[in-house]
Amino acid sequence: MNNEKEKLGRREFIKDALRTMTAAVIGGMGGFIGGRAAKNTVWQLDPNKCVQCERCSTHCVLTESAVKCVHAYDVCGYCQLCGGYHRPGAKIQDTAAENQLCPTGAIQRTYVENPYYEYTITEALCNGCGKCVKGCGAFGNGSLYLQVRHDRCLNCNECAIATVCPSGAYQRVPSDRPYILKGQQGQGS
Amino acid sequence: MSRAVVRPKSWVMFILLAICLINSAALAQDPARFPKPEFESGYQQPPTQTPPPRSTGREWMDVFVLAVALGLTSYFALKKRSRRAIWAMAVFSVIYFGFIREGCVCAVGSLQNVSAALFLSDYVIPLTVLAFFVIPLIFTLFFGRTFCAAVCPLGAVQDLVMVKPVPVAGWLQEVLGLFRYVYLGFAVLFAATGSAFLICRYDPFVSIFRMGNDFGMMLYSIGFVALSIFVARPYCRFLCPYGVLLGWMSQLSKKHLTITPDSCHVCRLCETSCPMGAIDKPTPEKLPVTREQGIRRLGVLLIFVPVMIAIGGGTFSRLDVFLSKMHPTVSLAEKIDLENRTGTAGTTVETLTFRSSGTPAETLFAEAGIIRKRFRIGGWLLGGFLGLILGVKLIGLSIFRTSTEYEPNRAACFSCGRCFSYCPNEHQRLENIRHY
Repeated sequence: MNNEKEKLGRREFIKDALRTMTAAVIGGMGGFIGGRAAKNTVWQLDPNKCVQCERCSTHCVLTESAVKCVHAYDVCGYCQLCGGYHRPGAKIQDTAAENQLCPTGAIQRTYVENPYYEYTITEALCNGCGKCVKGCGAFGNGSLYLQVRHDRCLNCNECAIATVCPSGAYQRVPSDRPYILKGQQGQGS
Repeated sequence: MSRAVVRPKSWVMFILLAICLINSAALAQDPARFPKPEFESGYQQPPTQTPPPRSTGREWMDVFVLAVALGLTSYFALKKRSRRAIWAMAVFSVIYFGFIREGCVCAVGSLQNVSAALFLSDYVIPLTVLAFFVIPLIFTLFFGRTFCAAVCPLGAVQDLVMVKPVPVAGWLQEVLGLFRYVYLGFAVLFAATGSAFLICRYDPFVSIFRMGNDFGMMLYSIGFVALSIFVARPYCRFLCPYGVLLGWMSQLSKKHLTITPDSCHVCRLCETSCPMGAIDKPTPEKLPVTREQGIRRLGVLLIFVPVMIAIGGGTFSRLDVFLSKMHPTVSLAEKIDLENRTGTAGTTVETLTFRSSGTPAETLFAEAGIIRKRFRIGGWLLGGFLGLILGVKLIGLSIFRTSTEYEPNRAACFSCGRCFSYCPNEHQRLENIRHY
């Protein structure tokens, strides 16, 4: 009986020692990584690397992608003939649906003053395909570009779009600077 | 007017567009082609809207909720001994960590972030993710796997749909349970080489929490939930890689859930109560082998373990070419190499993008070579780990620890508390409480 007790005591002691050691290892590892740990990060795509492959619109875990087109107004030329707005080869460059490049009609064109037009993205309609981005980059100033919209993004541990992005444009950025913007806003932040 | 007639104005635009498209790569970095207009009507350019992400404060709140939920579940499992309270916690976790937080980040997945942080110099782990990894481990070190009982949303959802669990034979459970180690090994290998987050990619429950995914994953998720009705916690028992770590912690745990609140009378009422097969029976009077035989067997196995480690390491390190295909750089390098050898170019978007970037193929091949070398080392570690696990499992089969009670198996028990009500002592305890 006494022997049993001694045995139990020994077993408990070994267990205690092992537990303390394990806790120390976890703590040490946590400290080691934690020392280099940074602020929280979120996914963002670098518009300078983006090649507009259209996968953003199809590979997001959300049915309606978290990636949307945004507009850097101070980069825009406010052209009447817009490479991001009009379908190439459109017979008339007006606002008729068949002449628009955007498959969902998410770009609004409003007259500002002769000869300038303002282009606004209706985010609720945008599916993040980047067709307009391609058009704008090819023909215009490149003021239209794609961004992960953080009011929608779920911040998955492994971004489903990042795994298929052909240009490696997706990266994790600090959550206090969650956008990679073009124009003045991009330089200011 | 036929369709073939093209107006001159459109012609000009078309050609312009075509030229621009051809030169787009070269022109992409150009400053504005069209100067910024000088508005006369007082028009103000609106700023680009930037809706902020979920605040860091809320991320920390999740960590806080995790710690509180773990504390409560541990209290319910060890002190209060209430299956109903544990069930309620499971419902809470499925709603909060599952449907509200939509699954990310979870402790199971965080082990990949930790692996990446340990092995990749350019990966930084957010502190909240580290907390999600460490807190459940520490809790398990003191109270057993209460995290699995009702805090982990993956475990909780399986627990809640467990309607008619069929018993799984002990040997089958052990064999299927080995998949967890394989999954853990591969998950760490791919995370540590920066290839992929396997656990996230094949998470069977995140599609349920997010109510949507692609068709294949949706089918996989629904299949898993359907399976969980008849097989108790199939993910936890046969796949969960984090469960391996928790199992190790739980074996050292200071306290643990007990079946009986008092001492076991070996009445056998709880024997089949655990749908997870996590109750250890008392050892029989007569062991299947004599002590001498057991010692000899152990001796043989102890010699065998290093051999198995070597075989495992050797095998997996030779799979480096195959395994490294998971890394995007290596897979791109292979595609480029194939295109170069067959004299085709730009067969995929990836290769087209790479070729237009102007990076020489040699740089890419060199990078891929470095990654492949890492996979070779990783293969040795992974194979060695799996060999070691197999060896330790075999040794475990030859060690008999005497026990005179029905006890939860510390490594396998999820602390769900289903066994409480099977114990007559528990009924006595509840009766006593009611009287006071």
